[in-house]
Amino acid sequence: MNWFTNTFGSSLGKKLMMAVTGLFFCVFLVLHLAGNLTIYMGKDVFNSYAEHLHSLGPLLTLAEWGLLIFAVIHISSGLLLFYQNFKARPERYAVNKRAGGRTLGSATMPYTGVILLLFVIYHLFNFHFVDKTHTTIFQIVSNAFAQPSYVLIYTFAMIIAAVHVSHGFWSAFQTLGANHPKYTPFLRGLSLVFSLIVGIGFGFIPVYVSLLV
Amino acid sequence: MTKNIDITLKIWRQKNADVKGGFETYHASNISIDMSFLEMIDVVNEQLTLDGKDPIAFDHDCREGICGMCGAVVNGRAHGPEKGTTLCQLHMRHFSSGDTIVIEPWRAKAFPIIKDLAVDRSAFDQIIVAGGYISVNTGGAPDANAIPISQEIAEKAMDAAACIGCGACVASCPNASAMLFTGAKISQFALLPQGRPEAALRALAMVRKMDELCFGNCGNERECEVECPKEISISNIARMNREFFKAGLGSAVM
Repeated sequence: MNWFTNTFGSSLGKKLMMAVTGLFFCVFLVLHLAGNLTIYMGKDVFNSYAEHLHSLGPLLTLAEWGLLIFAVIHISSGLLLFYQNFKARPERYAVNKRAGGRTLGSATMPYTGVILLLFVIYHLFNFHFVDKTHTTIFQIVSNAFAQPSYVLIYTFAMIIAAVHVSHGFWSAFQTLGANHPKYTPFLRGLSLVFSLIVGIGFGFIPVYVSLLV
Repeated sequence: MTKNIDITLKIWRQKNADVKGGFETYHASNISIDMSFLEMIDVVNEQLTLDGKDPIAFDHDCREGICGMCGAVVNGRAHGPEKGTTLCQLHMRHFSSGDTIVIEPWRAKAFPIIKDLAVDRSAFDQIIVAGGYISVNTGGAPDANAIPISQEIAEKAMDAAACIGCGACVASCPNASAMLFTGAKISQFALLPQGRPEAALRALAMVRKMDELCFGNCGNERECEVECPKEISISNIARMNREFFKAGLGSAVM
């Protein structure tokens, strides 16, 4: 093996890839949320946001491919790490007790991750891979959230996303080696704030839209 | 005034790594609360020996909390429920009469069971052999102030070097990862000027050896730093990550 695979193929290399791609997804979440929040300014603003976004053309396609590649890296290294961790303890403990380090987020990372993967696929088929020639994005969104099952699934998925980023955000910094007595406590707090912003910010939109129609 | 308690023990018994183990129940009565946890097992073992049964195998040496030999998972907690203690420094006063205590060995693929509660931790030795040293002789004693080192750095290096290699980090890690151990061992050298010349080589070699030994991967769950009897911080894991990436991506070391 050469130095490249030796570095990125190692346990720390896979963790590094998880961290870098994960932080990019955090940035993506912020941008996506900022766009979605325009829905509170009315359907025209929301529709024009979508139009402006799509007018970016090749830039948007580039970003989409980037996200797809990052998703493949994040998911495949995550699953590989999960499998190795599972193999590292063939015989489990009879009694498990938390010492105080584990959180809801950290203990459920692989599971919330898989749920999010399924949700993202579902979400893309709802709003991305649909015929948009004779309709507006607001129409598609309000049609979807007129059905209570959609509101339920989306709100649930956003709670899962919030749990996932509550650990993922600060954890990415720790993995990158950014641990500091002054800033790590702040990052851990910011992680919780960010998870609340994601959960409430995204999670309330389906409820709001369902109340409109 | 001393007090005695009666407790029920559920202890993992296993003849060797190749056979299946299981829990056996023992009753320990009239245990002085001034006893350490290991002394309590000594009492149980004495009775087992008198009864002609096989005593419970467990590792121990100094019984002062500094050698790193002892350790078992007590009611789901490595070295028991007290903070910053090894199993030998856990005292029976933290238990009450009528308690049932479940005692299990460290569980990790890299730590095969030798017998009962004793596990083979030579995987840690292999990580040290891979690079946990400085390959120059100390020579004659130099002036104490020849290489100035700040108090802060000296403290950090000493905190990392406090690791006794007991394996509680691996045992308590939900992923059976050895990154707190390896991080501490890399850090104690990386922080000091004497460790810098071989820092890149050391970081790569020790991490690669750790991976090879089938330890799990750190998920930043932070259970290790809470359970570590020497309270070693996960900032040492972050330092290991920095050292590894610096060595892997920035140095000429392959």
